[in-house]
Amino acid sequence: MTLFHQIGKYLLMIKSMFSKPENTKMYWKELLHQCTEIGYGSLGIVAIISIFIGAVSTIQTAYQLVSPLIPLSTIGQVVRDTVILEFAPTLVCIVLAGVAGSRIASELGNMRVSEQIDALEIMGIKTETYLILPKVIAALIMIPMLVVLSMALGIWGGRIAGITANIIDATTYDKGLREFFDPYTVKFALTKAYVFAFIISSIPAFYGYYVKGGALEIGRASTKAVVVSCILILFFDYVLSALLLPT
Amino acid sequence: MIEVKNIRKSFNGKVIIDDVSAVMKAGQCNLIIGASGSGKTVLMKCMVGLFEPDSGEVLYDGQNFTAMKGKERTDIRKEIGMLFQGSALFDSLTVEQNIMFPLNMFTDWPQRKKLERVNEVLARVNLHDVNKKYPAELSGGMKKRVALARAIVLNPKYLFCDEPNSGLDPQTSLVIDRLIREITVEYKITTVVNTHDMNSLMEIGDYILYMYKGKKEWEGSNKEIIFSDNQRLNEFIFASEFLKDAKEMRQLEAMGKVNDKKE
Repeated sequence: MTLFHQIGKYLLMIKSMFSKPENTKMYWKELLHQCTEIGYGSLGIVAIISIFIGAVSTIQTAYQLVSPLIPLSTIGQVVRDTVILEFAPTLVCIVLAGVAGSRIASELGNMRVSEQIDALEIMGIKTETYLILPKVIAALIMIPMLVVLSMALGIWGGRIAGITANIIDATTYDKGLREFFDPYTVKFALTKAYVFAFIISSIPAFYGYYVKGGALEIGRASTKAVVVSCILILFFDYVLSALLLPT
Repeated sequence: MIEVKNIRKSFNGKVIIDDVSAVMKAGQCNLIIGASGSGKTVLMKCMVGLFEPDSGEVLYDGQNFTAMKGKERTDIRKEIGMLFQGSALFDSLTVEQNIMFPLNMFTDWPQRKKLERVNEVLARVNLHDVNKKYPAELSGGMKKRVALARAIVLNPKYLFCDEPNSGLDPQTSLVIDRLIREITVEYKITTVVNTHDMNSLMEIGDYILYMYKGKKEWEGSNKEIIFSDNQRLNEFIFASEFLKDAKEMRQLEAMGKVNDKKE
């Protein structure tokens, strides 16, 4: 019952996000602000994890390639596909659920508890539209961009690690990257990025917007938002893979 | 003028407001008083539409606000200013940006005109040189004054103040009370103040609605309250010996017998 109640409340929140803005200029400013917070604010962590994920993938793939019959360029292929298909969209989005998701939940939670949301309502502002919609749109714009960046940095990180550890030379790695490349993998990764971006922004917004109580409840809501977002990301990762990847 | 007609509100089956009616006139300070948990904040939130009453009506100058939806309700809300208990200033914005926020949202004035208006309302609440400060850098009293400035920046017809003196020292409370009073009279606003501050009661209580366990127990003015024989009201207001003496003194003053008593 509580689960259905929560789902219903979430869907109603999503529905009420879509209303005519009171002042387009103010909403545009808020959207740009959120793009900066979600996109630029997460750039550092995304870059760091992407480079290391690529590096680790190269070393671990090389470790598992025991047969002399498999060419070394396979490392490039494996790293490329793992990074594009799984690491860049899924792992980066799980990290973003922690970084951006907890920020959204705690920001809205704090605004709710300190009556700032009530103050906006009294002014005649549709708070779901002003506070949640720009966050969701900003996530839908910025997170796929971060995922594309993560793909590039992951593959580059793998190349650097391969060369530095003397596992593979640059030419062989690059040859592997070009072999059997299917552009559909990028399309699939971007589809996942859009779905995850919606989850990362709307779920924490829901928990933050409806928080009740004080500082302790804001912390709890923030943690719950991250946990639920991560579970949903993994669930939809499975669903999308099962539906969209031809086996 | 705001009319509250037979408002009833319950949460999870527990009745919080039970059949409360009142008429709050323009140009005067209308106080809702009562002990903690008596339902005064819920009543105020029902009046501004933050809570939907189970039954009853709230009328703003004859317009049924409770029955309104969407744009109609938003239009009324644009005429409402509210001072919240915790000030509710936006933490990430400076004082100037906080006050300018409603102007940015609802007017297409040029920046210079908006800035002039911000400085005008800041001067009205006796604040200077705080434009670039953030709420975290202000004292409790200053925050309340900034919140009051933001509440009046669009020249509202109705002003709601939820416990404007909570957490303030008596002197600052008096400053806030007097400001509310002056603004109410100056702009002929219908002001509703939710308080349990006895100084406010005597200072600005043109109309007082006393709530007891969700019901209207007594109504009248600050002049009538000292002669009230309502036991619950007297127990609530004149709780200490000091206040009882003060009440007696006020009664004698009012009857012109204060000199006899002194003798």
